[in-house]
Amino acid sequence: MSNIEQRVKKIVAEQLGVNEVEVKNESSFVNDLGADSLDTVELVMALEEEFECEIPDEDAEKITTVQQAIDYVNSHQE
Amino acid sequence: MAKRRVVITGLGIISPVGSGISEAWKNIVEGQSGITRITRFDASLFASKIAGEVKKFDVSAYLPAKEARRMDIFIQYGLAASIDAIKDAGIEVTEQNAERIGVNIGSGIGGLPMIEDTHNDYLAGGARKISPFFVPGTIINMISGNLSIMYGFKGPNLSMVTACSTATHCIGDSARLIEYGDADMMISGGSEACICPLALGGFASARALSTRNDDPVTASRPWDRERDGFVLGEGAGILVLEEYEHAKARGARIYAELVGYGMSADAYHMTAPREDGEGAARSMNNALHNAGLNKDQVDYINAHGTSTTLGDVAETMAMKRCFGDHAKKVKVSSTKSMTGHLLGAAGGVEAIFSALSIYHQIAPPTINIFEQDGVCDMDYVPNIARNMTIDVAMSNSFGFGGTNATLVFHRV
Repeated sequence: MSNIEQRVKKIVAEQLGVNEVEVKNESSFVNDLGADSLDTVELVMALEEEFECEIPDEDAEKITTVQQAIDYVNSHQE
Repeated sequence: MAKRRVVITGLGIISPVGSGISEAWKNIVEGQSGITRITRFDASLFASKIAGEVKKFDVSAYLPAKEARRMDIFIQYGLAASIDAIKDAGIEVTEQNAERIGVNIGSGIGGLPMIEDTHNDYLAGGARKISPFFVPGTIINMISGNLSIMYGFKGPNLSMVTACSTATHCIGDSARLIEYGDADMMISGGSEACICPLALGGFASARALSTRNDDPVTASRPWDRERDGFVLGEGAGILVLEEYEHAKARGARIYAELVGYGMSADAYHMTAPREDGEGAARSMNNALHNAGLNKDQVDYINAHGTSTTLGDVAETMAMKRCFGDHAKKVKVSSTKSMTGHLLGAAGGVEAIFSALSIYHQIAPPTINIFEQDGVCDMDYVPNIARNMTIDVAMSNSFGFGGTNATLVFHRV
């Protein structure tokens, strides 16, 4: 598992209050991990904090799974 | 139709003198102070550097970490004390009773620490740093809201805010809802957690706080000649109120009956009480009238007694004005001498102590009366608790804005 993948999964587990083993790459925040709309806003804020980036709202809306979050971070790392 | 009767069947407390009813009551009867130097933040540059902080509070015993971090501390305390009170009462929520159980828990200030923190985040990082949970994490009715969600209480759900008389108003109005038939049970009281720079600084600027920083345990000294202000406290006091027949039918333990509730306004000054105690006396009169009791039937008064120069005299004047000759006999104490002033939660923990004074037949002491103020010449149960017959106990709360509230409890 890459460093970014590990960090993303750790944040998702912390923010959504789930066990890290439940956080799979294909997990959907809403459908699999029990997130509601406010949870996902907060999750994006936590990703921004961790990776020191700004995720515009139109991009944030497209991040609905763990893999999408990993891909986004990977493609926006300097 | 006869008035429906309201009794107290559950208690929960988070306080500077202990969390859990047995620990808190033991410390109150033994005269233990909960006041220390402030550890919550660096208060070294403030005029008052002391407070009644809650010690050893473990929120994970009550709430999942994810939920807890989205709530400011006053909500955590309020929920924790409520969970304990509900357990103490042995309530089971069913499809049949859910709509008959309500919540009215208030706070005087609300989520000021989280407001401070979020404002700092905003100044540092802009609007994007404001959490979507900021508003529901700080507003005052979120103890009531979260509790209804946790347990499925579908009855009346509200929070009243009247500064330092908040919890007393919440409890009194909850009892009215049961009397009137809107609910059979109400979870009620108050919570406060604002030991933070803005609250401490604000009260200090108003010259309301004790600056006896070198001797925290004797700083709160109601009716003592050398008193110099109140000590900021935090915590929550929650009661389960229940319609009497309902409680009897399920074999619930009854601590006391809530028989009277009175209110009034000073219509006088933003922060100072009327010196002649006229407004507070009317609140006590109204509560006794509502209870249908004579003045000489009151055995014990848990006073507002904050340890301010003006307030302690005004309340003494008010009690004398209300009780006349009986003022020489009635026993009065201020448990704030041990807890500090829990603001919007004060009436909650003091309603608990009043109910327990009846349940255990013990009047808690007022500690730190070294030399009693000559103008304050009642029996304040100085320094040592007193075993005595208590059939009727009264609890007073007065708040900024000149708002007054009084509860009267009766032995069952």
